[in-house]
Amino acid sequence: MSRVLINVPKSCKKGDILDVKVLISHPMESGQRRDEQGQIIPRKIINKFTCAWDGEEVFSADLFPAIAANPFLSFSALAVASGTLSMTWVDDDGHTQTELVAITVV
Amino acid sequence: MMRWVALFLCLAAQTQAAPHSGYADASAPVRAMQDDDTANPGFLWVQQGEGIWSDAGVPTGHSCASCHGAATGMRGVSARYPEYDAKLGHPLTLEQRIEQCHTERQGAAPFAHESDELLAITAFVGVQSRGMGVTVDASGPAAPFFDRGKELFTTRMGLLNLSCAECHDGLAGHHLAGATIPQGQPNGYPLYRLEWQALGSLVRRIRNCLTGVRAEPFTDDSTDLVALQFYLGARADGLKVETPAVRP
Repeated sequence: MSRVLINVPKSCKKGDILDVKVLISHPMESGQRRDEQGQIIPRKIINKFTCAWDGEEVFSADLFPAIAANPFLSFSALAVASGTLSMTWVDDDGHTQTELVAITVV
Repeated sequence: MMRWVALFLCLAAQTQAAPHSGYADASAPVRAMQDDDTANPGFLWVQQGEGIWSDAGVPTGHSCASCHGAATGMRGVSARYPEYDAKLGHPLTLEQRIEQCHTERQGAAPFAHESDELLAITAFVGVQSRGMGVTVDASGPAAPFFDRGKELFTTRMGLLNLSCAECHDGLAGHHLAGATIPQGQPNGYPLYRLEWQALGSLVRRIRNCLTGVRAEPFTDDSTDLVALQFYLGARADGLKVETPAVRP
């Protein structure tokens, strides 16, 4: 489990545009570097990030090796009805992490 | 006559301007990153440190919180470190103080130098003092350590034959290739350096500088390394604590 900081208002009015900010602790190892023995350090990056609001995808991103460690993603979502923001990212090794945030729309 | 000119140049090169945080020398995007706690990657470590603060899974069963209470009670602590310890007879950095607590009162094995855990708990204690002025007390019995630190700061070292003061006092605000030379102030440590892509300690920064001038870095527990950090702390008098700062 990576450490993650998610910043999004927990409640808002219908029709509001929410700013969602996600900071994920991840080495984003590019696969280009070598260790002290001269061996290539295997690539290990988050390659896909998606965010869904009650199952409906509101944002997704493909990530590439040039993205620095600890990626920071910032995007917007339109508040239609109360629900759960579900953020999922997939690692090169197939490891998946999901974080949930409940949002109340009044 | 030449001797006087040389002496004057020497003094001019080492005159110290008013303390000035590296924050002011950083570019606008870097400053924006530091200003927004949700965009500042240093807070990933602060979050981890918060967990360590209340972790009672140590041999004696005492978490930091069970003795110190709420972390807000630590406000002001990091602003006065490194601090002279009368019992030990020398100053301790904040990391060393935390290690002392961790090994003596929590009965645990020491954290590794510059490990994520040690950086995290140091950043968590440090962030409590954010915005307070740095006030390192270098008076009385601590004075010899200040003097030793100042001596190290102004001693030329390495193949490039440079002292810290040459650049960070004499040429601060000028440029080294594309980068502005900062005053070398310690008020934001542990800080997130984009070059490192991680949180790092002042010790790591000093080691970088020393290898940069092709000098042999201090060993991790050398008293000179503490003296130098002690001098840097006293030199930063009045600067606001910015932990965890962001620097290029």
